[in-house]
Amino acid sequence: MPTKLSRREFIRLCAGSAAAISMSPFLAPFMAEAAEAGAPPVIWIQGAGCTGCSISLLNTVHPSIQEVLLKVISLRYHPNVMAAAGDLAIREAMYKVAEENPGKFFLVVEGAVPTGADGLYCTVGEENGEPITFVKLLNDIGSKAKAILSFGTCAAYGGIPATPPNPTDCKPVSEVIKNVPIVNVPGCPPHPDWMVGTIAHIILYGDYPELDEFGRPKMFFSKIIHDNCQRRQYFDNAIFAKNFGDPGCMLELGCKGPIAHCDATTRLWNGGVNWCVKCGGVCIGCTEPQFPGWPIYERMPEMPVGPAMTATVDQLGMILGGAAVLGIGGHLAGNILTGRIGGKKDAKEGEE
Amino acid sequence: MAQKVVVDPVTRIEGHLKIEVEIDGGKVVDARTSGTMFRGMELIMQGRDPRDSSQIMQRICGVCPVSHGTAASLALDDAFGIEAPDNGRIIRNLILGSNYIQSHILHFFHLAALDYVKGPDVPPFVPRYQADYRLPDAVNKQAVDNYIKALDMRRKAQEMLAIWGGKMPHQQGIVVGGATEQPDTQKIVEFKWRLAELIDFIDNVYVPTVKAVAEAYSDWFDIGRGCMNLLAYGGMPLEQGKDHVKKEKFFPSGTYIRREYRPFDPSLVAEEVKYSWYKDDTGGKKPTEAVVTPDPKKEGAYSWLKAPRYNGIVMEVGPLARMWIKKVKEVTDLGEKAFSVMGRHFARAIECSLVAHAMDEWVLQLEPGKPVATPYEIPGEAYGMGLTEAPRGALGHWHHIKHQRTAVYNAVVPTTWNASPRDGLNQRGPMEQALIDTPVADPNNPVEPVRVVRSFDPCFGCAIHLMTPDKKTLAEFVID
Repeated sequence: MPTKLSRREFIRLCAGSAAAISMSPFLAPFMAEAAEAGAPPVIWIQGAGCTGCSISLLNTVHPSIQEVLLKVISLRYHPNVMAAAGDLAIREAMYKVAEENPGKFFLVVEGAVPTGADGLYCTVGEENGEPITFVKLLNDIGSKAKAILSFGTCAAYGGIPATPPNPTDCKPVSEVIKNVPIVNVPGCPPHPDWMVGTIAHIILYGDYPELDEFGRPKMFFSKIIHDNCQRRQYFDNAIFAKNFGDPGCMLELGCKGPIAHCDATTRLWNGGVNWCVKCGGVCIGCTEPQFPGWPIYERMPEMPVGPAMTATVDQLGMILGGAAVLGIGGHLAGNILTGRIGGKKDAKEGEE
Repeated sequence: MAQKVVVDPVTRIEGHLKIEVEIDGGKVVDARTSGTMFRGMELIMQGRDPRDSSQIMQRICGVCPVSHGTAASLALDDAFGIEAPDNGRIIRNLILGSNYIQSHILHFFHLAALDYVKGPDVPPFVPRYQADYRLPDAVNKQAVDNYIKALDMRRKAQEMLAIWGGKMPHQQGIVVGGATEQPDTQKIVEFKWRLAELIDFIDNVYVPTVKAVAEAYSDWFDIGRGCMNLLAYGGMPLEQGKDHVKKEKFFPSGTYIRREYRPFDPSLVAEEVKYSWYKDDTGGKKPTEAVVTPDPKKEGAYSWLKAPRYNGIVMEVGPLARMWIKKVKEVTDLGEKAFSVMGRHFARAIECSLVAHAMDEWVLQLEPGKPVATPYEIPGEAYGMGLTEAPRGALGHWHHIKHQRTAVYNAVVPTTWNASPRDGLNQRGPMEQALIDTPVADPNNPVEPVRVVRSFDPCFGCAIHLMTPDKKTLAEFVID
């Protein structure tokens, strides 16, 4: 690899300092250098989604979207960006690229995979007068990819379209494609740095960043919103906002910060302008596998965790359904007994 | 000998669209537009806490989520019997207006322009259709440079939005009763500073680029006429008042039917499903009561879009409709040439400038220290209607709450109007009508039909209708 950037340094750049507003501008030259050896072909397909992940990607600051498109990757197929349409797009920019570069291109999937009604709830093109369903396309192209990047909560975990009663039988990508490495970059939408940073890591080191149990890169998804929230002091002092626009912890208004993993509190959104709770909104837990399986503007219920002890809000994920949440809940409950969640480790990372 | 040409997918739009045109004598003689993705967002809302709609419904579309957040919150306000205070009203307008700027710039430079401008010879700009790229080299080069500059500009418009909305896409700052962010001098200055840069770009780059393209492609003022009936629900309220139709708004509500202006009456909106993949028992229902069952293998159907009609009439919505109904001189001066591919692009650019200049004044009307949201209580049972204008046109959400839960949710969205299939009277939708008579030089490179389609700035994430399959309706939520 041409780069002189160690993984450790890279992760530090990506994870950012306490005032990160984007990935470091230092990164762009390394990525361009790595791509000189041949920018990897990327095919980006959209299923049951809303294009929000693509729009978020366009908001990347360092490197800029211009640099990403012209220097870092070779984006062969993207429904919103590419010049071609129709057969020309499907044939030349997708199937041909996949056939000529088996195991050498990356597939980005945005949106969940509708499997109901033989896949007819989402068709993405035609072949000999027959519709190509999204689930077929994913199988055709995904099986040839070097790796699949599931961008956004819909592709990673099913997200909104897969919420009960799941009218179109949507599945996450990982339930459809089994034989190809998959990296989940959830979020509704994901922060552009999470997407670009994941791509950067793969290009620079030729392998995948360290993932957590839900397939998310740890460098972006190991922190808990509640622990790093600027409003945390209000929570510790039991000052809770009762109406929108009030000062105070947003817990009573439905904040899911205690169960949500991501670094928005320090990374901030849209070039460092703001983030969900800072603007007086609530964290809706959009990076979690269970999103949106909870009432967004309802307070999380309290629950006992053991003899002579009432849990703080830190374990409230437990009753919000799903074994996965239980995992988080257990992890949180354990942390209650041993001190603040991620206390020492996260604090160190934050001091970089 | 007629020839059938299918373009599937139509790229550089939001969502999944297929168009099928029949060409005879070098012209389109028949057209069908098909929305090809369906999620059933409404079912997902059913039985939930009604307040979730301002977040869940935003996810209909990542390009124009604010419009859905706005319409959903207005419907909740209406159902809860409350109104946003002035600060909340203004912040909602600033968030929505910022997204207009983002969406319009994105649409022209990144979605539509490549039909007229030759991009560099690298992916994703190649492969491309062979077409009559007419811009002189110098102008073309300028346009490509502006494509790059416009990427930065639309990003800045999203930053400007996030000052009030927290993040974008899918902002968090619009809620039932108003907004969440407290205005202060710093935020107002930050907003104005970014807006000034955008106004400069819109007035000195965006509008002139549209004019340069329109000059080179002046025959496109005569192509893509459409139905010539226009509809605006109205949006961006400028005063308090619970009667949406009557109160003063930046975009007035109204209709223009058979060359006559008439007031808008929300009770005349209904949707048909004769050519849509839904069971036939639901044609012509009001949005408050629409209950449909998907039928993806229905004979004769060709779209996931329903066919909304106003008193049975086919209507076009969007910037052209808004500018025409607001009687903006630059647009009305075009006369009937406004009803065209270039007319739509021009109206969108003019609108972008108007919204930007208006926001420059609105932001100064914010009063730090005053409330941004009105407290509320969730009613046991209520109906709410939220009408607004999305970048792509008239948007309405209808929300029926029962037992403090969502019983029925329905949205009639801009692209459902514009890209609708035929209705029970076999009237083609606006985009299908606009495609008729479009000249096609080379059926193997059907650039002309996609130029017509893209002039509407379609968005199919929104358009594929929310619905309620009756077999999955919970008994307690069946409509009385």
